[in-house]
Amino acid sequence: MADVNTGGGGGGGRHQKKRAKKLSTRIDMTPMVDLGFLLLTFFMLTTTFSQPKIIELTPPIKSDVVTKVQDTLSLTVILGKSDTVYYYNGKLETNPDSAPNNMMRTDYSDNGLRKIVLNRNHRVLSLIKPIEEQRDAHKLPDTLFAKLKEKAEEDKYAIFVIIKTDTNTKYINVVRALDEMNICNVGKYSLIDVTDDDYKMIADYKKNHPK
Amino acid sequence: MPKVKLPRNSPSIDMTPMVDLAFLLVTFFMLTTKFRPEEPVKVVMPYSVSDTKIPENVTTISVDSAGRVFWDMDGKDVRPKVLQAVFTKYKLDKTLTTVDLSRFAVMGTFGVSVSQLKAYIEGDDVLRKQMSNASPGIPMDTLKNNELEDWISSGLAYAQADYADKKAKNENMKPPRFAIKADGRAHYKVIKEVIAICQKLGIQHFDLITSLKSMPKG
Repeated sequence: MADVNTGGGGGGGRHQKKRAKKLSTRIDMTPMVDLGFLLLTFFMLTTTFSQPKIIELTPPIKSDVVTKVQDTLSLTVILGKSDTVYYYNGKLETNPDSAPNNMMRTDYSDNGLRKIVLNRNHRVLSLIKPIEEQRDAHKLPDTLFAKLKEKAEEDKYAIFVIIKTDTNTKYINVVRALDEMNICNVGKYSLIDVTDDDYKMIADYKKNHPK
Repeated sequence: MPKVKLPRNSPSIDMTPMVDLAFLLVTFFMLTTKFRPEEPVKVVMPYSVSDTKIPENVTTISVDSAGRVFWDMDGKDVRPKVLQAVFTKYKLDKTLTTVDLSRFAVMGTFGVSVSQLKAYIEGDDVLRKQMSNASPGIPMDTLKNNELEDWISSGLAYAQADYADKKAKNENMKPPRFAIKADGRAHYKVIKEVIAICQKLGIQHFDLITSLKSMPKG
């Protein structure tokens, strides 16, 4: 009924042969393909490829054996409230009369803690530099590089970073500090509590250096 | 002048290769996607430059920003045994049904005390969410009942037995590991306590789960 007969001009009287309707062998696959792309989009959006990463941590077992760290090689970092970091090289000067004491203040920025640690760790960095260049020139396989790097970090004269935390320390700052150790190639570090002397000297520092 | 005849191209293109590729991708994503149960705890992990991937066969202790502690463990066939062991310790094992055990096997992270756990296992998503929000996390008082310690020690025992068992059968299996997934805003003292509990049980190695950020130049 709705068909418009375009063929056959005026000669409508001709007898038309009845033919069996030939069905096309092609099916319309559009809906299937639509569904396919819908599923594809769904799975692409829901899949999380970026699996979380980890920092490995092997804290020492609590024992009576105290590891002695050479004063000249130690760097103590105290993770304070908010984003301040207090640090001192070597042994803490506890005598308040011998001001200024060696407590200093910094933050977690690239020019803060990282610069300090990198400056102190120049020995290990100078050991790592040549092997890094070799690796970049594809002369050193990655596995061997990792081994040599670890060895350099464990060097006898490498610095030892003591990270001190107290009850106010936020976890993010601990991770930041551990991360700096990774970035600066520090292989020797430990996590311990802040002592009373540290608190005293921080108070002393704050008195002498009002913000 | 003769007419210039443009070659007539069919306006429809053959889309078969594209469709083939699309379905290949669908198949790939369907096979690689792993659906995880909904996490009852929102943890914003701090960033680090470490690019070590999270290992398999891992027990995860989550700590949220308020310092509440949650427990989770890989291994569908090990989890029911752990549940049984902990409930036996608290003399609640009579209440456990096989349905509870199989539901617990695929449950994922939880942070309620043992006394609430049966209701939590049997509850639907809405109830579980409510209970998680109201719960102070898994109790880890050092003096009274330290439930976290019980979960970790039972989990460790069964994970190690399972590892030894599968290793003997030459199955591909990774040794059990411990991961701490803590929110950046959580106090470090909570994580320190968790580490102390684990150390007491002889676990010496921890993986702190972080998000990746790029390594600074130099």
